[in-house]
Amino acid sequence: MTFRRGNQAPRRKAVIPAAISIEETFVTFGIFVMQLFNGLSLFTILLLMALGLAIVFGLMGVINMAHGEIMAMGAYTTYLTASFIEHHLPGLMGVYLFIAILLAFAVTFAFGYVLERGFIRWFYHRPLDTLLATWGLSLILQQTYRSVFGAQEVSVPLTTWLSGAWEPTETIQLPLNRIFIVALTILVTLGVWYILHKTRWGLRARAVTQNRAMSSAVGIDTNRVDALIFALGSGLAGIAGSVFTMVGSTNPGTGQLYIVDSFIVVVFGGVASLLGTAASSFLIAQMQTALEYLMSGSMAKVAILLLVITVLYFRPNGLFASKVRA
Amino acid sequence: MLKVHNLNVAYGESHVIHDASFLVQPGAAMAIVGRNGMGKSTLLKSLIGMVPARHGSSINLEGRELVGTESHKRVQAGLAFVPQGRLIFPQLTVEENLLTGLETRRYKEIPSFLYEFFPVLKDMRNRKGGNLSGGQQQQLAIARALASKPRLLILDEPTEGIQPSIIKEIARSLNALRAELNIAILVSEQVLSFALEVADRLLVIDRGRIVREADKANLNLDEVRSYLTV
Ligand SMILES: Nc1ncnc2c1ncn2[C@@H]1O[C@H](COP(=O)(O)OP(=O)(O)OP(=O)(O)O)[C@@H](O)[C@H]1O
Ligand SMILES: [Mg+2]
Repeated sequence: MTFRRGNQAPRRKAVIPAAISIEETFVTFGIFVMQLFNGLSLFTILLLMALGLAIVFGLMGVINMAHGEIMAMGAYTTYLTASFIEHHLPGLMGVYLFIAILLAFAVTFAFGYVLERGFIRWFYHRPLDTLLATWGLSLILQQTYRSVFGAQEVSVPLTTWLSGAWEPTETIQLPLNRIFIVALTILVTLGVWYILHKTRWGLRARAVTQNRAMSSAVGIDTNRVDALIFALGSGLAGIAGSVFTMVGSTNPGTGQLYIVDSFIVVVFGGVASLLGTAASSFLIAQMQTALEYLMSGSMAKVAILLLVITVLYFRPNGLFASKVRA
Repeated sequence: MLKVHNLNVAYGESHVIHDASFLVQPGAAMAIVGRNGMGKSTLLKSLIGMVPARHGSSINLEGRELVGTESHKRVQAGLAFVPQGRLIFPQLTVEENLLTGLETRRYKEIPSFLYEFFPVLKDMRNRKGGNLSGGQQQQLAIARALASKPRLLILDEPTEGIQPSIIKEIARSLNALRAELNIAILVSEQVLSFALEVADRLLVIDRGRIVREADKANLNLDEVRSYLTV
């Protein structure tokens, strides 16, 4: 993960002295809480990244290699919104992020819809072709970003009420922007759960996922469902991209950084399971932050990859494969 | 109401249904009988659009040509399908399975008569479909099909793998539903007694060809049986 780490707790080596004073206990406790929070924060970031992919990959079985570039599209939309508001409507700078998130969702949702209707649907039942075609698309998008926005990084101004940290005690500092991401992720996840499980649209999506031919034979317009699932997955990627502008800057290659982590989370959790995706993000994030405390970041990553591979060896369908007899 | 003319169906190179033509009258019940592998499922699946019919075939429902259209359009036009093996959605609850049948929007909500005909579905409303017994799944599949308010209900071997007492119950339900809802029924069968109980006209299919067609009243039973025994 290559996010800006400026507003995280400085890393300390765990050297515990023989006699611990009360003051030191507080400090240790503070570090512990901040470690937990760092894990939680990474968890929500991973989850936000993986949600859109879990929907498209899990429900439709489409591996969209351009998913990361769609996140980048959300990030660039946020950048454009910020620049526009900064120059033309500076009074709105306090809430620009909310406008940007909505716009990023709208733009990527529409892009996903058109992409499915005009492109992806011609490659169904040909997984390898889908892989190649969407990989090609990701290159085209990267090149487009490069020509439009330039190769250098762009970043957005951090809203004033989101800079700084919440300090419940002297030794605990929780960055406000991270708290915001945690809250937003919870909201988005609940929203997705609600759509999938409590609306007629979600019911159609779940039926099509289980049996496409039979869904059509009970009267469900499966083409429309495909397009909407893909659009929703893209829209979620857009939200993720928009939110990430708060913790990292954006360049044409940003999407590539996101996609690998997202795939690890989705495959580890078991496709077609929202709970699995959440649990898997949680486990990976907590392990990564805990391990990073003890060893270097890249060693932590290797350890996690090894663990994921081991789990997938014994549970090829991921942690949360469902258990209903068919 | 349903007019099938010169229907030909093939899986790649293997030609399975040859020049099938028949007519189902409004409100009538027709059974297609034949042994394993004679093409019953293929014929019925091509009617609902799960396998494509060959060029030159015609499937006409009340004046609308259905060949080449997608399944959901055919359901919208008035067909409903209960497949062999039932194919209910195993991960959806019983109630959700029934809701998927409402896509035609001819009923606003799950009609109460479905629960009256199949009370077991009401008791198991919140169970996952995949956890129902075979007989219960069959009732669910029929109820799901009826939720679209069809004009013609197509059933593929509804008795397969179901114990005799439930078979009788399903026959009774189908007869009562047909009378009450005024729908036509097209059912494929190997169990002749069930076919005779629900249908008033019989087709015999043999190696993909329709070889006999007769009303129940003037049926040569021995001849039909000879087609059903190996
Ligand atoms: N998907 C398929 N691909 C190729 N051949 C198929 C396919 N499905 C069925 N067949 C062949 O088509 C022929 C007719 O099969 P069909 O399933 O229609 O028979 P059936 O009368 O329904 O049999 P049963 O009573 O066992 O259900 C068989 O020879 C079968 O092997
Ligand atoms: Mg069959």
